[in-house]
Amino acid sequence: MLAFIIKRLGQSVLVMLVVALISFIMFRYVGDPVASLVSQEATMADQAQLRERLGLNDPVHEQFFRFLGNAVQGQFGISYRLQTPVSELILSRLPATLELAFTSVVIALTLGILLGVFTALNPKSWASAGIMAFSLVGVSLPTFLIGIGLIYIFAVELQWLPSFGRGQVVSLGGWWRTGFLTESGLRSIILPAITLSLFQMTLIMRLVRAEMMEVLRQDYIKFARARGLSKRAINFGHALKNTLVPVITITGLQLGSVIAFAIITETVFQWPGVGSLFVNSVAVVDVPVMAAYLMFIAFVFVVINLIVDILYYIVDPRLRVGGSARGT
Amino acid sequence: MSEIVPLARKSRFARIIDSDIFYSYRRSPVAILASIVAAILILAAVLAPWISPYDPFNPRTLNLMDGFTKPMSESFAGNFFVMGADNQGRDVLSTILHGSRVSLFVGLSATLFAMTLGVGLGLVAGFRGGLTDAVIMRIADVQLSFPAILIALLIFGVARGLIPPSQQENTALMVLILAIGLSNWAQFARTVRGATMVERQKDYVSAARIMGVNPVLILIKHILPNVVGPVLVIATIGLALAIIEEATLSYLGVGVPPTQPSLGTLIRIGQQYLFSGEWWILFFPAMTLILLALSVNLLGDWLRDALNPKLR
Amino acid sequence: MRTTLTGIVAGLLASSMLVSAASAETLRWARQSDALTLDPHSQNQGVTHTFNHHIYETLLDRDVEGALQPRLATDWYVKEGDDTVWVFELREGVTFHGGEEFTAEDVVFSIERAKSENSNMRQLHADVASVTAVDDYTVEFQMNGPSPLYPNNVTNTFIMDKGWSEEHDLQSVQDFGAGEENYSVRNTNGTGPYVLTERDPDVRSVLNVNENWWGEAPAVTEIIYTPIADNATRVAALLSGEVDLVQDVPVQDIERLAGTAGVKVETGPENRTIYFGYAMDDEPLISSNITDENPFANPLVREAMNIVVDRDAIRQVVMRGQSIPTCVNMPPFVSGWTEELDACPPVDVERARELMAEAGYADGFSVTLDTPNDRYVNDEAISQAVVGMLGQIGIDVTLASRPVAQHSPLILNNETDFYLLGWGVPTFDSAYIFNDLVHTKTDDYGTYNIGLYSNPELDAKIVSLGTMTDLEARDQVVAEIWEQVQEDHVFLTVHVQMLAYAMRDDMTLAVHPENQPNMTTITFE
Repeated sequence: MLAFIIKRLGQSVLVMLVVALISFIMFRYVGDPVASLVSQEATMADQAQLRERLGLNDPVHEQFFRFLGNAVQGQFGISYRLQTPVSELILSRLPATLELAFTSVVIALTLGILLGVFTALNPKSWASAGIMAFSLVGVSLPTFLIGIGLIYIFAVELQWLPSFGRGQVVSLGGWWRTGFLTESGLRSIILPAITLSLFQMTLIMRLVRAEMMEVLRQDYIKFARARGLSKRAINFGHALKNTLVPVITITGLQLGSVIAFAIITETVFQWPGVGSLFVNSVAVVDVPVMAAYLMFIAFVFVVINLIVDILYYIVDPRLRVGGSARGT
Repeated sequence: MSEIVPLARKSRFARIIDSDIFYSYRRSPVAILASIVAAILILAAVLAPWISPYDPFNPRTLNLMDGFTKPMSESFAGNFFVMGADNQGRDVLSTILHGSRVSLFVGLSATLFAMTLGVGLGLVAGFRGGLTDAVIMRIADVQLSFPAILIALLIFGVARGLIPPSQQENTALMVLILAIGLSNWAQFARTVRGATMVERQKDYVSAARIMGVNPVLILIKHILPNVVGPVLVIATIGLALAIIEEATLSYLGVGVPPTQPSLGTLIRIGQQYLFSGEWWILFFPAMTLILLALSVNLLGDWLRDALNPKLR
Repeated sequence: MRTTLTGIVAGLLASSMLVSAASAETLRWARQSDALTLDPHSQNQGVTHTFNHHIYETLLDRDVEGALQPRLATDWYVKEGDDTVWVFELREGVTFHGGEEFTAEDVVFSIERAKSENSNMRQLHADVASVTAVDDYTVEFQMNGPSPLYPNNVTNTFIMDKGWSEEHDLQSVQDFGAGEENYSVRNTNGTGPYVLTERDPDVRSVLNVNENWWGEAPAVTEIIYTPIADNATRVAALLSGEVDLVQDVPVQDIERLAGTAGVKVETGPENRTIYFGYAMDDEPLISSNITDENPFANPLVREAMNIVVDRDAIRQVVMRGQSIPTCVNMPPFVSGWTEELDACPPVDVERARELMAEAGYADGFSVTLDTPNDRYVNDEAISQAVVGMLGQIGIDVTLASRPVAQHSPLILNNETDFYLLGWGVPTFDSAYIFNDLVHTKTDDYGTYNIGLYSNPELDAKIVSLGTMTDLEARDQVVAEIWEQVQEDHVFLTVHVQMLAYAMRDDMTLAVHPENQPNMTTITFE
């Protein structure tokens, strides 16, 4: 058990190192922060001086180790653009992204499971075919188009919902600011959450449908039918229950990617989360913020995976022999 | 399953083609419709240089004053544009035809690239096991946890940094293909690795090994045919994803240059005119993209169901 | 409300909110991006200055016509008998938000801070040798030599309180290398018409009126500032009534917005030209099929390009009428501008083809054009249109379009053959253009002379402008330089871009030529 956890931890650290290297390389080469920091009037001498101060003239490996050393302590330096500590910036933006991710996961789970069960139970009906086709339309539409379309219909034409931002936020215990407690906050989250949830919803719906159809074919379901249990009891008491374990696992694993996926949604709706912070930083090559964001996403992923792996290990003894064999 | 293994020599592929698939195809109106739509769009894209009414990239015939001409109307310079003209006076229909060509080229190349890489790595990981497997699958895990779009952005950025600025435009398409391809290989690798691991345990593989057959040969002749079905499904859906991914990258402004636009670039341009009333600049390219992605997705979906005997 | 303000400011603020509640007029102001910092001397950037002008004040500033007007200085003149000294007389009875009195010591401190090593404003004060307080309300600037136009350089240099700054260790400006946050990045203490009450970078900032401001009480008593990066979202916010003022309106949306009930649009020219530059040295181009010489080095080619670009078509289609076509790289606000220089030769494709043939490029040549796609109004579309026009005379242009963050390094590192750039002229004087764009590239001059144009005779004239006190003679030299620049086709200038502010139709706000509108000037019906 301990050996397994240590091995997994080692792998996680390795993953983090690789991500750190990638993010460092990318940001070392994309754009030039000096160009965005200096003013129109700055002379060549001024630029060279700034380059020196930022340490951009040091050997690349030295810059990388400095970056790593600071990253381990949670120090990502000062944002070139906003001039405030990066870790503080990310922390202050995190609640917005987490609330958006949470809401969209709830929407995706609820609708995904409902629609998935429906299509699994009525595989031949026109409604099911319609739902399946509609879900594909959802996947075939680029996120940015969905967002803009929703804004156009619900904010501009109908004027029912706000087109941008989080509305009024309430401070909870210091740094967490929530939009869940005000009316404008709740109204603001609807459009972005729907936009973000569409892709996950389709995924969950298809998963539920496939798993459920599979389960319904199992012998114990046939026995249950033979025993004359009500359809309701069979479908929801047995079939759905057995379907939900993989669904919840996958949803958990997807949480990291929902947070990362929020980049485009946050940009379109001007949602003040870490995703829009990232996009705004890319535009001006704000290296510290971009690097910290990538490391942060990798960290979220590694932690979620580690927890899932350990849980699996405890639950399923077969895995003790051969490494990870989970599939999607 | 394992009882029929000796027959596998006659190739699993031939068996897929002759029997169930076509039966299932004939019975599925959705699949037939989707394949027709996809075929028309693909054909139109391939034939774009010959069938498009105007050459939108020839500066000598282009007139800026034709800009924003309404659909079905005559322009300033006396041209007739069925779907109107865009902000540069280019015929929207012609730019869509040429744009689909770019989108499809990028999508297909990227998917082929991802497939080759993913299948190869998956086979190696599944067959060798141990450290090789751990390394490859950990990398795949990392990739799967990031949205493809973010990875493509990363790769695009790194490539941009490595290529001198004067060469960037000529290599833009290649970089785009590389970026999208590299961001989508993990799905293939995972599936193939799983199937390979199962297959590898089987007696015929052990037997072949003992007989001293080259492991590469075992992989290609015995294991590969077993994974063709799932790989095909992932490839089809991957194609739709690649097309959307290309559109999103171009939308974010890091894709192909606006002088040789893809569907995504056209949408990015058209989106600016959403509120000003020139709806056709956005509408037609967006509809084309949706139709293309949808029909390919539907095909992939049908293929998945058709190849999965459990669902039939 | 993460912002930590000093107790004094918070107290003041609470009282001002109570008072203003009676006749509160709140302005919800949206634009594309946020102020980068509240530190007055850290960034020399328009968006940052515009925001900070509401909190801090400068000695002088510009009205909507671009003319200098008094602000914290009431009078300014060259010292009698010594043309190397500028004297500024200061406004009396002005206090900072924290209650401190505004005196000459604060000006000395602030100018020295603006001149310090990490300041982005130092270039504007490079000619200042020292600043001294003669008495509480008079300051003398000892210049390195005669500097007749120096007052033009102080319009964005804000005055901080010396005592407050020293208390918070603000003697120097934010140093990115040190990795420490400067207190002034998020905390303010100015003399301006508004007090900062809430600050969440990129998201929302709130300003409330300063009841003790020396000027006439403004109609707007509260400003809620929200940056909205996406064009469509920003326009949508105004259409749906969620904001009152949108400062960066895409040109194609002007018509729709102007036609919407309850919304109006104000337009006006910005003090900025949009132009194309090309490499003019003898080195072969990096991106061309002609590898043994530089086609752009031939003046005939540049002349051909000048008469094939249809600026009126660009104005009409790409800019929707929102530009002023020009053939001189200088906005009409700048001293030295004349109608003759501004006038364009008629578009003549045939003549251009002849010129190309004469230059030996009858078959044309290929080249890559580098353009930003998120910096100027419709920058990418302008470049695209020019690609088409140049194609007509056989110049086969590949368009390389990048976000400005990737475009600028190419420009600054001279890695481009052909590029689009915009040039603002904050001093409203031709010398500013000559120093950076025309003078041979050296450490101190020609930073943006990317085409490596070099004319020693002009260089000497440009340098002499800096110290000429006889304004008439100076104007003459300026005219001579422009004549040569035009003759050599140093720039392929396209137009002066227009700015558009869209707002609720019951308020009035004029377009500011430097795109720095002041919300105290807003009036309501």
